[in-house]
Amino acid sequence: MSRIQATFATLKSQGKKALIPYITAGDPHPKHTVALMHALVQAGSDIIELGVPFSDPMADGPVIQRATERALVHKVGLGNVLEMVREFRLTDGDTPVVLMGYANPIEAMGQGRFAERAHEAGVDGVLIVDYPPEECQEFVGLLKAQQLDPIFLLSPTSETSRVDMIVHQAGGFVYYVSLKGVTGSKNLDIAEVGAKVQAIRGRTDLPIGVGFGVRDAATARAVADVADAVVIGSRMIQEIENSSEENLLSNVAQLTQTLRAAIDDIQK
Amino acid sequence: MQLYDMPDARGHFGPYGGIFVAETLIEALDELRAMYERYRHDPEFLAEFAYDLKHFVGRPSPVYYAERLSKKIGGAKIYLKREDLNHTGAHKVNNTIGQALLAKRMGKPRVIAETGAGQHGVATATIAARLGLECVVYMGSEDVKRQAPNVYRMKLLGATVVPVESGSKTLKDALNEAMRDWVTNISDTFYIIGTVAGPHPYPMMVRDFQAVIGIEAKEQMLEMIGRQPDAVIACVGGGSNAMGIFYPYIDLKDVRLIGVEAAGHGIETGQHAAPLTANSPAGVLHGNRTYLMQDENGQIIETHSVSAGLDYPGVGPEHAWLKDIKRAEYVAVTDDEALEAFHTLCRTEGIIPALESSHALAYAIKLAATMSPDQALLVNLSGRGDKDINTVASLAGITL
Repeated sequence: MSRIQATFATLKSQGKKALIPYITAGDPHPKHTVALMHALVQAGSDIIELGVPFSDPMADGPVIQRATERALVHKVGLGNVLEMVREFRLTDGDTPVVLMGYANPIEAMGQGRFAERAHEAGVDGVLIVDYPPEECQEFVGLLKAQQLDPIFLLSPTSETSRVDMIVHQAGGFVYYVSLKGVTGSKNLDIAEVGAKVQAIRGRTDLPIGVGFGVRDAATARAVADVADAVVIGSRMIQEIENSSEENLLSNVAQLTQTLRAAIDDIQK
Repeated sequence: MQLYDMPDARGHFGPYGGIFVAETLIEALDELRAMYERYRHDPEFLAEFAYDLKHFVGRPSPVYYAERLSKKIGGAKIYLKREDLNHTGAHKVNNTIGQALLAKRMGKPRVIAETGAGQHGVATATIAARLGLECVVYMGSEDVKRQAPNVYRMKLLGATVVPVESGSKTLKDALNEAMRDWVTNISDTFYIIGTVAGPHPYPMMVRDFQAVIGIEAKEQMLEMIGRQPDAVIACVGGGSNAMGIFYPYIDLKDVRLIGVEAAGHGIETGQHAAPLTANSPAGVLHGNRTYLMQDENGQIIETHSVSAGLDYPGVGPEHAWLKDIKRAEYVAVTDDEALEAFHTLCRTEGIIPALESSHALAYAIKLAATMSPDQALLVNLSGRGDKDINTVASLAGITL
């Protein structure tokens, strides 16, 4: 059983939902990333989504763009990100790590070499925003050969036949983008999200995570009501952005605890 | 019947092109592809397009024999395809009319565009005004500074110009921002991409709308000299004017096709915008796979050219393919060479060319000198240089 499967199985047996924070590797400085990952886990995160900085983050809103720019000041590349995961794994063998990023850094390293190195470093899943399933069948094969889960996005506009095609290739969990737009957008319609997640659930056994638009305890709780996992990106990055070096870890831990409590509140 | 038959159904030109976008854009691209397939051979749509090209743009644009220039060089005769005479002053308008007519048929009341030099933005704002569409143009804040007259032109035409402050603040960042707008406003917005890049069907669709340049030129050359030129030469940033004039010539194997990239301060300095000439590796950006200027981590690097319209780190995927199959050749000329050609054309022919087109011209002048007067070169003079006079003056230390 993969780490991602084990995590969702454990949560299910406890009647809990997964909390998946996103941070950009190297933001605000590469020296903080591994410590931030551990802090996120200690404060109640179940899976860490680690962003690979890319110069042209087309699908991201201004908050994650700024995180990317801060990381790129320190020239954080895909190789450095894999090193960070390796370091994280020295003291955490259980928490799944999912890399999220864009195609070009993978193409520059080489798809096969990336898959090998990601496996060696202890990565569990890979989500490449601009690799839709039609364009990455070979890549999916390379990932699966290294026991890496290919994670795909589903959007409010994905039709049923497309959902079937995507979940057929996907592993680990599927990531439902809860609204049209870029990361960090507003105006999440929970009823609509719930209906769509329910429809997806009828077509796959994979857990369903929901992200894009989760920005506080209330939205996290509402999403946890309908999904298996809550992904929180831009709001987490804002916390990092607004912290000083001294209170960085404590602020991030506090936000994570608040979200954890909100998500667990659905059981009551 | 054309033998060359690219791209495939999902927009691949060999290993290049394709649809590399986030899931949130897939449905919009499916819709666009279906609508373009429906209308690309529709007689009514094509008639409307042709009508606007004739009556609104002023097509056909003439082919002009640059006699004084040719005699001065003493080599091959140089012919200019005068896209600079189009309404709005460049080839860009051919494509914006095609896409805007499609937007209208799709019932989209709002169009957006990215722009570098501002020519595509002006051409989009122009057709949006004519069709009564809301228009928002994204432009890197560096380019906003470099191309102030075009910014004002767009505003006069009723468009909103949004300066883009992210990344290198140039064309590629404007494209990122336009994509973000599109994914957020998909239901009412049509994204008019200005070059033969982006996800399928854009590279094919923009090429098809620009192919009028080459279709006309083939007829005009026959009329003028009774045969086709020995080479067709065009500048390449994203590569839309080059694809437009190359495409109808692809099957005519005796005609050399030469794309001229911007060597900026020189390929060896790294400060250029010539991914094909510099043998940059392939990668994925802006929805397609193509040759890209990038560092060892796969980050897109900043480009340099005196000409904002060529200042782009990638190139249309069909150019990548034509390079690989050796149907087209790609070369580069420096800022200085382009500027010299700019001045030469002003003084020998009374034509002020765009700095972009001056790159094609500079290479043509070099090549013509190695050829004989019974040979002919056709240069796509893709735009006029009025927009560039501030840049040229400031390089000469003159404040206007």
